[in-house]
Amino acid sequence: MLEGLMIGLSTAFSLTNLLMVIGGCLIGTFIGMLPGLGPMSIIAIMIPVAISIGDPSAALILLAGVYYGAIFGGSTSSILINAPGVASTVATSFDGYPLARQGKAGKALTVAAISSFCGGTIGAILLMIFAPMLASVALLFHSAEYFALMVVGLSAIAAFAGTGNVAKAMLMTLLGLIMATVGEGALFNLPRFTMGIMDLQSGFGFITLAMAMFALPEAMYLVLDPSRSSDGGPGGKIKDMRITRVEARQIAPVIGRQSVQGFLIGVLPGAGATIASFLGYAVERNIAPKEEQDEFGKGSLKGLAAPEAANNAAATGSFVPLLTLGIPGSGTTAILLGALIALNVSPGPRLMVDEPQIFWAVIASMYIGNLILLILNLPLIPYIAKVLAVPRTFLIPFILFFTLMGAYIGQNNATELLILVGFGICATILRFADYPLAPLLIGFILGSMLEDNFSRAMQLYGGISFVLERPMTLGLLVLAVLLVVVPSYRARRARARAEGVADGD
Amino acid sequence: MMALDRWIALVILMITLAYGYSAFFTMDGGLPPFMQRNPVWPSTFPKVLSVMAILAALVILLGLEKPGTEPGAQDINYRKLGDYKIGQALVLLGLMVAYALLLRQAGFLLSTTGFLVIGAMVLGERRFLILLPVAVIAAGSIWYLVQEVLGIFLRPWPFFLGV
Repeated sequence: MLEGLMIGLSTAFSLTNLLMVIGGCLIGTFIGMLPGLGPMSIIAIMIPVAISIGDPSAALILLAGVYYGAIFGGSTSSILINAPGVASTVATSFDGYPLARQGKAGKALTVAAISSFCGGTIGAILLMIFAPMLASVALLFHSAEYFALMVVGLSAIAAFAGTGNVAKAMLMTLLGLIMATVGEGALFNLPRFTMGIMDLQSGFGFITLAMAMFALPEAMYLVLDPSRSSDGGPGGKIKDMRITRVEARQIAPVIGRQSVQGFLIGVLPGAGATIASFLGYAVERNIAPKEEQDEFGKGSLKGLAAPEAANNAAATGSFVPLLTLGIPGSGTTAILLGALIALNVSPGPRLMVDEPQIFWAVIASMYIGNLILLILNLPLIPYIAKVLAVPRTFLIPFILFFTLMGAYIGQNNATELLILVGFGICATILRFADYPLAPLLIGFILGSMLEDNFSRAMQLYGGISFVLERPMTLGLLVLAVLLVVVPSYRARRARARAEGVADGD
Repeated sequence: MMALDRWIALVILMITLAYGYSAFFTMDGGLPPFMQRNPVWPSTFPKVLSVMAILAALVILLGLEKPGTEPGAQDINYRKLGDYKIGQALVLLGLMVAYALLLRQAGFLLSTTGFLVIGAMVLGERRFLILLPVAVIAAGSIWYLVQEVLGIFLRPWPFFLGV
């Protein structure tokens, strides 16, 4: 493991790659602060840039840096103006914004930065321990197991979607899978569902889809509802960023607990940084002593540290399934997977054997990225926060333009822009009706892999018998069914029981 | 009045029905004979998908799954659509379409500057002395980055200038 880390550090410490981390973190912080642009949109916009770099390690390092930066920037805008740019930093604003209102914005930012740093670093250490173990198990997998594993991942995403949304999340996943079948499949070389349109021959562009699903609806919301964007910028001056020793001792156990818990939640497919941060906040409030419990929501440092440590650790945790199995568990890692495939890297258990420098460079860049966010971005925050004062009349046209540019550079094709606008409108309507969009993108990206593995297993066994002949495949598929069925069954039972009680009254 | 999410489920149901129809009935027609002996056809996976998607869409359409929590006040909500600036949004979408159609003909610099300026004007910006230089500089520097640094060809000027 140490040997691997040395490879990683030597790759990551080359001058270009260091610049990539620094640049990525700065860009991520900068854009992540803007309301309406979450990590997914930013990474989608950055992908063409990353791909044109050519070197997969450097590209992945850049994108990972952007990812951390975006999360960091998101918590900054949550604290300063109560406008979380990302869902995973909503819990940060519960206590961060009250602190800023009390004139303690500097202190809040420091606590957030330290918690993020610890969460990210502890997450990276856990990733370093767990990923190789998981990968060595995954090396035993055949296409049948891969197929089953992806089905588990996809159904877990639906299962974690929450009450009332399981069917919607499933439908979106299936829609993503259906969209992935458009164009020529790798195994058949036959165009499918192109409706005779030449531009669909190679299928839908994944960057276009990512832009249309995330960046465009967010920008549209900013247009539709002006109160969502901030005018005026941070209220108070950011000063006195120091925290006392007593406060440090107070938040240290919170950070420790939430880093581990957040990481474990992040590893689960479908349960990403958002769930980790809310759960972390709730857990810490419940176990806090009575007098501290009342402070939660009014500016408690513990309440700020918990979601921050948890969401960063979860973000790191979500790299485990991506790097070891090649299966993304969240929208962001799905986009990263798309970028990797575009760079001719296929993540999975072979990655650690075939191209260890990529795997370890990413881990090393996590340490470096976290460090840079702490020592470079924290002092710069008062200046970077000025971006919040950019008026929306300038901001929105630029966001729209960048989504257009991202789609155009990816495909070099003006038709792609029309597809972008079309899907963007559909995505906005879907968001209005509470349909989750991340499952669609994950389904789209996994679609061709899922079908390839399914077809390969079918061909090897001459039919569907592989499901019964391989116990692990069967077990995984049963697990996938249980994941979807059990929660909705229990919800139904609970409801039936509640209704029964009401009748009894 | 049916809720929006069920209308959407209906639309998706239509799409998946059409998709399923072509997977089950029209797709295998042109399949070469050597492929027909395979246990898996190009249409196998789409068939499975279409059946599952039709079932999922029906679950939503028939309201078999009870809805979760009500949306909060902060959330975007289509029932407040009247309060939103829907006109601006539509004009901006139209502007994006125009950009897509004009990009090749008018060249990158002209169409981008135009897009940024008109977009800001639609949103109510009137400080042209700031807006114009910002748009021109942004268009110019992004063109430089894409063309020279990333090495992707972008026609800078209108087609009749022959560049």
